[in-house]
Amino acid sequence: MVAMPAPDTSVLSRREAIVSALREIVPGEGVIANDVAMRPYESDGLTAYRQLPMVVVLPETVEQVSKILSYCYENGIKVVPRGAGTSLSGGALPLADGVLLGMGKFNKVLEIDYPNRVVVAQPGVTNLGITKAVEGNGFYYAPDPSSQIACTIGGNVAENSGGVHCLKYGLTTNNVLGVEMVLMTGEVVRIGGKHLDAEGYDFLSLIIGSEGLLGVVTEVTVRILKKPETARALLVGFPTSEAAGDCVAKIIGAGIIPGGMEMMDKPAIAAAEAFVHAGYPLDVEALLIVELDGPEAECHHLLDRVSAIAKDCGAVTLRASTSEEERLKFWAGRKAAFPAVGRISPDYYCMDGTIPRAKLPLVLSRMRELSEKYGLLVANVFHAGDGNLHPLILYDANKEGELERAEHFGSDILRLCVEVGGVLTGEHGVGVEKRDLMPSMFNQTDLDQQLRVKCAFDDKGLLNPGKVFPELHRCAEMGRMHVHGGKTAFPDLPRF
Amino acid sequence: MQDAIKPRDANDVAEAVASAVADEKRLELVGRGSKRELGRATQTDATLDLSALSGITLYEPEELVLSARAATPISEIEKALEESKQELAFEPMDYGLLLNKAPGEGTIGGAIAAGLSGPRRIKAGAARDFMLGVSAVSGRGEIFKAGGRVVKNVTGYDLPRLLAGSWGTLAVMTDVTLKVLPRAEDCATVLLYGASDSRANEAMSAAMGSSCEVSAAAHLPQWPADNVAELDAPGKSVTALRLEGVPQSVAYRKSKLEELLKPFGALGSLDAAKSRAFWRSVRDVAPFADRTERAVWKISTTPSLAPGIAAGINGATGAHYCYDWAGGLLWLEMPGDKPQENAVRTALAGRGHATLIRASAAARASAEVFEPLDPVRAAISQRLKNSFDPKGVLNPGRIYAGS
Repeated sequence: MVAMPAPDTSVLSRREAIVSALREIVPGEGVIANDVAMRPYESDGLTAYRQLPMVVVLPETVEQVSKILSYCYENGIKVVPRGAGTSLSGGALPLADGVLLGMGKFNKVLEIDYPNRVVVAQPGVTNLGITKAVEGNGFYYAPDPSSQIACTIGGNVAENSGGVHCLKYGLTTNNVLGVEMVLMTGEVVRIGGKHLDAEGYDFLSLIIGSEGLLGVVTEVTVRILKKPETARALLVGFPTSEAAGDCVAKIIGAGIIPGGMEMMDKPAIAAAEAFVHAGYPLDVEALLIVELDGPEAECHHLLDRVSAIAKDCGAVTLRASTSEEERLKFWAGRKAAFPAVGRISPDYYCMDGTIPRAKLPLVLSRMRELSEKYGLLVANVFHAGDGNLHPLILYDANKEGELERAEHFGSDILRLCVEVGGVLTGEHGVGVEKRDLMPSMFNQTDLDQQLRVKCAFDDKGLLNPGKVFPELHRCAEMGRMHVHGGKTAFPDLPRF
Repeated sequence: MQDAIKPRDANDVAEAVASAVADEKRLELVGRGSKRELGRATQTDATLDLSALSGITLYEPEELVLSARAATPISEIEKALEESKQELAFEPMDYGLLLNKAPGEGTIGGAIAAGLSGPRRIKAGAARDFMLGVSAVSGRGEIFKAGGRVVKNVTGYDLPRLLAGSWGTLAVMTDVTLKVLPRAEDCATVLLYGASDSRANEAMSAAMGSSCEVSAAAHLPQWPADNVAELDAPGKSVTALRLEGVPQSVAYRKSKLEELLKPFGALGSLDAAKSRAFWRSVRDVAPFADRTERAVWKISTTPSLAPGIAAGINGATGAHYCYDWAGGLLWLEMPGDKPQENAVRTALAGRGHATLIRASAAARASAEVFEPLDPVRAAISQRLKNSFDPKGVLNPGRIYAGS
């Protein structure tokens, strides 16, 4: 387990005064201070970690958010922002000496602007809520994380959420045009808007995916797209994962970017089929779902080309959806893969590394070795188009030591991803979960530069501390510069 | 001519920056020098000539990834991509025409640092959307890396994207890793003749809001349209919409788009070859290439506001203009060499941002080249600059005075 920073006893001793100061800012039921009522906030989607916050505050206006942060800044109190609490990396895990700032009451779509194809929403609107607001006119918001029914757009901004369609349509960062954000000092800043690209430095790129460490987003402007006219899915079974991986590479090599391209391994196929009866073949080692979207003529043409490539790569089953109902059925199994695995194991631990696609066979075979070493089964679902791997490690938390074994197994998988040229997390975030693995991907200089960026937004380190970065340093220390001029290792370079 | 330092690799760059810090010297970062006249005119003590950091280091078409040293010519990258029928989908513009220089001189690092994105910006994304990873030297003289070589990556802050559009003021990029995409097999352009600015704006909005998957949308009032070779002097305004994809799909969407645009006026079209030439002209703002003494501005704004803003500036100054990005990008050519900053910024009124692109060094020294920031963002910018380059040795003042 990753250790959180030790609570500050001087803050805890002021708890009563802090609670009443917050009640001054947010009257009524917006401040929750008793343990029973705070219980729902003690963890997020990474349920192995639990911690009651010092106090929960649920503001309703930007002014209240600003006053809360300003008060906490002045008084040296840590703040953990929270959307719907669906983070799989512990991004919203509370701190015992911290204020948990819940943004759930910011739940309104503020403006739908069809001529400019943007929606302005408060951060607590769900991802699917944005699509629901515009689908009557044939539009949608493209990023579709599997938690889209519950996760909020504010949380998507914090985590740079992806989904099954991001190879073609991009992640959150490619679909957000602007935000309003409150800094830890309480200052309110607007970045971007309905126009493209930022003036000056592109703060949006930093804020999106910053895991709540730079500011609290209070409004988001996203672009919306017209729904494709048709979509068709192809279900392809392969005798080996190598053949499936080869097929993915050949499809892309042929210049085809499918709307979605997902792979499942045998254990995942079996679990999903048993759960939703999607009609998946059970005698294959790997299953690909390839979705093609656009005008019907285009889908039809690409479907033929993808089918030909799949046959060349040794596909043993090949089925194209012939109706919208059938297409959704193909997807139902994949989308239910996590709960399906939940049915065959008391607990499972979901990982999220990304690898260069060509390394898939190597990574899968090394994963099988690790599975034997740790004595735990693993099922794999894979965003095959963009190399994002979700191994699900099966364990039983009630068995002595299994959770720890699952965590070690998971860490080994992520180190393996980095070793083959990939990264620790594709879309779930570093959070608490992968914090201590950061040095396997970045050296101290790399991490120091990131921490200095954090300092430019939050000089006291009060926003969501204990997440993302394995070590916390005071910003003043980080800013120091050691000049080492004079000793040159390159004497032939011109000198001033 | 000031001192020039020509590093051979990233270690040399680190050494040069560390020396500059120790000796309190300011460096101008230069790749092949094609964009030196852009941004605020700066005072530096030496030139950091990065042109030796050149060459593609990794290209895996099936993984959609390419890595190159920062000063690799764009032309070299485009050639390599073309061999695998791929491209830089953000369609980086070439400032050669506009700045009266030889075209085709830009480097990949320069295109990223200047955040260059062409007509396909509205569909495919900006330069930064294709930045997967970077290796760079900070103003502390430290080599650092960020990002990776895979598309899906949320490990740590997205510094590769931040460096896009930072004009070399934060770090010296030495290696970049980019996402590349297949090049469309076919393309075609639908033309709408004679629409007023506001009517053209509505037409572009209707096209972008349809399922035709328009990959570029521009509107040229009569004067600039008459000056675009591929349009054969139409004598009226031209609104152009590009479709790309497999031939079956382009043909289908073209007829669908024509149906949609019929109520807006007379239509025409460009075939694939003419389309490619035409959009290159739009990308490089060819209509404003001739009279290089005239000041040129670039404005990014909300598409539906653009006609009003253009009319306001035209009324106050007589500037010529044309629209790209479905109206969201406005190019303005002033009647003379004076930028007339007040008129431009007054008409824009903070609803987007205006950048002075072409002007004399004197004009660029006296005008705000980039959109001025409010105090909160200005303070964050300054702290961000300090976090990378505390002594202000890298392109100081290129974006804002004093930073």
